[in-house]
This record gives sequence, structure tokens and C-alpha cells, in this order.
Amino acid sequence: MSNGATVEPVIEVHGLWTVFGEYVVHRDLELTVMPGEIVSLVGGSGSGKTTLMRQILGLENPHRGSIKVFGIPLQGSHPALLKKIRRRWGVLFQEGALYSALPVFENIALPLRELRAFDEGFIHDMVMLKLDMVDIERRHAWKMPSDLSGGMIKRIALARALVLEPELLFLDEPTAGLDPDRSESFVRLIQSLQAKLGFTVIMVTHDLDTLVSLSDRVAVLAEQKILFYGSLAEVVAVGHPFVKNFFLGERGLRALAAAPEQMYVPAQTVIRNSSGG
Amino acid sequence: MNERGPKVVRDPELDLRQAGDGTSVHVLSGAWDIRALESRARALKARLDELAGKPASWDLSGVQRLDHVGALLLWRAWGKIRPTALSLRPEHEIFFANLEGHQAVPAVQWRFDALAPIRGVGNIALLLLDHVLDMLRLFGQTLMDSLELLRHPSRGPWREISASIYRSGTEALGITAAVGCLIGVTLSYLSSEQLRSFGADTFIVNILGLGIIRELGPMICAVLVAGRSGSAITAQLGVMRVTEELDALAVMGIPYTVRLILPKVIALAVAVPLLVLWTSAVALIGGAFSAKLQLGMSMTQFILGLPAAVPSINLWLGVGKGVVFGALIALVACHFGLRIQPNTESLGAGTTRSVVTSITVVILADAIFAIIYADVGISLS
Repeated sequence: MSNGATVEPVIEVHGLWTVFGEYVVHRDLELTVMPGEIVSLVGGSGSGKTTLMRQILGLENPHRGSIKVFGIPLQGSHPALLKKIRRRWGVLFQEGALYSALPVFENIALPLRELRAFDEGFIHDMVMLKLDMVDIERRHAWKMPSDLSGGMIKRIALARALVLEPELLFLDEPTAGLDPDRSESFVRLIQSLQAKLGFTVIMVTHDLDTLVSLSDRVAVLAEQKILFYGSLAEVVAVGHPFVKNFFLGERGLRALAAAPEQMYVPAQTVIRNSSGG
Repeated sequence: MNERGPKVVRDPELDLRQAGDGTSVHVLSGAWDIRALESRARALKARLDELAGKPASWDLSGVQRLDHVGALLLWRAWGKIRPTALSLRPEHEIFFANLEGHQAVPAVQWRFDALAPIRGVGNIALLLLDHVLDMLRLFGQTLMDSLELLRHPSRGPWREISASIYRSGTEALGITAAVGCLIGVTLSYLSSEQLRSFGADTFIVNILGLGIIRELGPMICAVLVAGRSGSAITAQLGVMRVTEELDALAVMGIPYTVRLILPKVIALAVAVPLLVLWTSAVALIGGAFSAKLQLGMSMTQFILGLPAAVPSINLWLGVGKGVVFGALIALVACHFGLRIQPNTESLGAGTTRSVVTSITVVILADAIFAIIYADVGISLS
């Protein structure tokens, strides 16, 4: 993935304000995501991570400010243009949001059918290919979502999110509700798919293990804006109280200890400093 | 996405060229990804199918972008076998690797089953039996719960009962009055035309009084309540089943039959007879008004004529029907609510079935009433 000067950012959020009544959630928020990156949004409860993601998805409108996805502003663009954007991204919702009235196959086939460009045989092969990609056995294709376990629902929802070959993937708490074993294999799955296909990922997560093993960059949402934005090591190295609480608690340390080597060293120095002071 | 940058992305193209040694080569170029193929898939597929039959080698090295959609389109044209002579960019290899890994298509076998219709009928019968048994069980449980309630009245779910009466009774006053009034006017209008031709004007009181108090009032009420409250009860219990709220009650040691079902049965058994009285009264007023316009019979004359024309046992019969209909609607609605599966379609289908079944059950019960009380209260004195 070449991040040359000519490369346009996938997401550009500029001067974003979100206000609920009297309560300001985002104040002049800025965020830029470059192609091929895996960016994690972290922040305390009520810091507006999910709201920000919903705004980038165009599900909610910000009070003020602009959001551009693939260089196209979400506000004021022609609906046909917005429809094109929506086909270029995939979203994995927290609970999967599989259509409960449709079997697995139809759930994955739905976005493809909507294009009205492919015949039934092609759609069948494509759905099966996507099931293979997320390691779901083909015999599950005709089951209903209510008959599936949480881990399978997540995988199938991922297959559905990937069916239109998205360039941008949104993950909302990708590992919430999965046991550690499943959550680890789900993270590995996302990682390997991202490495193969090179899509950009933006995710909201509370799970430190997921965060440490997936993210290229971490955006810390606190005090109504993106307080820090950088690699995990860089973010951990700043001594902000929220960051300390979040990453350098007992669970955080355990997760960081499992981080790749270049991460481990600066994290360790910070840990010493913080425990000393 | 692998090839970003200033280079212009071209449309997908497919050419047949002659190589130096006389063999032919299919040369692909441009973008073969979903964005480019979306609008051209059908045309390209036709062309691919046509070309794939001819022996030739394939050159994909000029392809700028490739994804699973493009790869699958080619793969299907190749008959799901990789051509022996294929040149491919290394970074595009991955899309075909995914395809080659899984050749086995699950064998979906549709076997002819001669017994299928019989099995179908049997399944319907079993399902019906299952419904009946389930409803009986629910009825028995409700009876036992009400006995418990009689023994410990202080522990009863009075708040829930009161809320249910308000929701299914008080809030229904408007709609039942409107429908009742219209039915009364219509019935009176149609009957008075006939009666006038026989010169039997005064019998309008008998027809309206008996018809509305004994039959129409309870029926109209039951149908409206089944549509209003029955569907609401089914949907509420259904959603609670889906969101595991019923299980949450159960693990807290709060039986949901006592907390949710019994209050609704009691509330409807109380509210519906009251609604019956109300609807019948409004319908009679509507009828009397229409009689005044059509036959010139004064309202006072109509009302004073009622006790003589309609024995008071009919009023009790109407109220009794109201109690039974109310309890039946609540039981049927709860029964279907508890059977809802955790998906959106089941919720819709369950609610529909609940309303249809409760109206059918009410009409059935009404027929049974008619047979049992055939000799009661219809004497023309």
C-alpha cells in the first residue's frame, strides 16, 4: 500500500460539531484516514465513538462541519452519488444485523442481487466463495440467522459486508459478545482478509486485545475531539489520564504485552514512568 | 484498490490476438472489478462464454484491477478449471487461489417424495393439536393462577390489571362508540324501510333492542378488541420473548403467567363486558335517532318501549358474552405471543394469526352461546 503524496484520504472529517440539546459531544473534531490503514476509535462511554461512526456512515447528520468519504462530501451531494459511495463500503454491525427473515445465503446475496447485474449461478458461486472466505461451512447456507451462534453471525455479517468488494470496512465492536477464543480467530480472520484485499478499516472497539492486534493507528476520542491520533506506541507514550486509565490498567498491560515487538519497547518505558510517578 | 495513483483506470476489455507462433491469445486489460463490471457484466459474460470455447491461452497481465467478482466471472467462463496457459500478475493470484481452494459444490438433492402431501396434512393436524394442547395448558395455568390470586389477593398484580384495563378498555371507548353508532344507524335505517312496508313500525324497537344487545354489541366489541388489544398483546409478548425478557422474569422467580398473562386475561374479562354495554348503548341511541328520522318515532317512545320488547336477561347474556370473549381474546393473543420465534417475520405472522384466530374463536363461542341460550330471552310478549 503506497501512501504517496498523491493518495487521497478515504475519510476526511473537518470541523465536526455534534450537539445533543445542551450537551456538546464533538467540538471541532478532525479526523483523516488514509487508504489501507486500520484505524481504531477508542474513548470512554458517551464520548461519541458510535455517533461519529454513524455520522461517517451518513446515518446521522452532524450539527456542523463536513465529512468526506472517498473525497465526496456526505452533505449536499446528489443521492445517486451517495448511493455509489454506499456500495464502496461495508459495515459490520455490533449484533451482525443479519436480516432475520432471510436465510444466510439470501442475506449475503441481497447486496449482489440489488445490483441486478449478475445471474443466479454467479450469485450462488459468489456467496459460496464469501462463505469460504470467512470460514463458514457451505452447509450452513440455508440456515436462518436465529439458528446460528454469535460467532457465526459475526462471520456471516462480515461475509455480507465484504460481498461488494468494499474499499472501506466499518467494524462496530467486532469482537463484542464473542468468547476469547472466537474473538481471537475473528481478529485473525479480519487481519488476513485485510492483508489480502487491502481495504481500509475503521473500527470502534472496547476490547484491548482486538485493538492491539489489529490497529495500525489509534484515534483517542476524549474531551470532545480526537485527542491523540497515531500508532499505538505513540498514543500509549503520551501521559494523558484517559490513556493511562485505558491502556495502562491491568488489562491494558496484559494486552500490550502481547503486542508486536516494536510496540513493546516504548510501551514498557512508559509503564515504568507512570508507575514511578 | 491495489493500483491506486495517477494512472488512469480503463474500462474492462477483452481481445483475441494472434501470437507469433500462430496460437491465439485472449488478452484482458483495464479494470475487472465490481465497480467497472457492475454495468457490463451481462455483455462481458456473453462475450467470455463465446470465447472460452476456443482453445487459446489467456493473458491477464494487462488487467489493472481485479477482485473476486472479476475473477469469478472468468472462472465461470473457464468452466471452473484454471486454463493451462494463463499469465497473471502475482498480486492477482490471490483471487483465483480462493476459488481453486473450494471446488466442491454442496450437492443439493431434490428427491421426489410421493408421501409429501400426506405428510403435509399430517403435519398440519399435528400443529393444530399442538396449538390446542398449548392453549389448554395456558388456560389451565391461568385458572390455577387466578385461584392463587383469590387465596392471596394482596400479592396480586393489581397495578398491571389496572393498566391493562385502561389500555384495552378506556382507550377503546372512542372507536367502539364510533363503530357502534354507525352500525346502529345502518341497521335501523335498513330495517325501518322494510317494517314500514308492513306497517309494523313499532317492531323497530324489538329488532334493534334484541339484535344489538344480544348479538351485535358483543360481536362488534370483540372484533374491535381483538384487532386493537389482541394484536398489541401478541406483539408485546413476542418482543419480550425475542429480547429474552420472559426468561429474565423466569430467572428472577417471577412467573410470567402471573405477571403478564393473568392481568391481561382479567383485564379483558372486565373491560370487554363494560365496552359491550357502552357499545350497545351508543348503537341503540344511533338506531333510535335513525328511527326518529325514518319512522317519526320519538326517542322517548323508543327508550320506553325497550324494556317491554327486550327481556332483561338479554342484557346479562350480552355482558356474559363480553366476559367470555374478552378472556378468550386475551388467551389466544397470549398463546400466539408466546410462540413467536426470534425473527421479524415470525412477529408479523404471529400477530396476524393471533387476530384471525381470536376473531374465529369468538364467532365460534358466539355460535355455542346461540345454541345453549336458544330458548332464553326471545319470547315475544
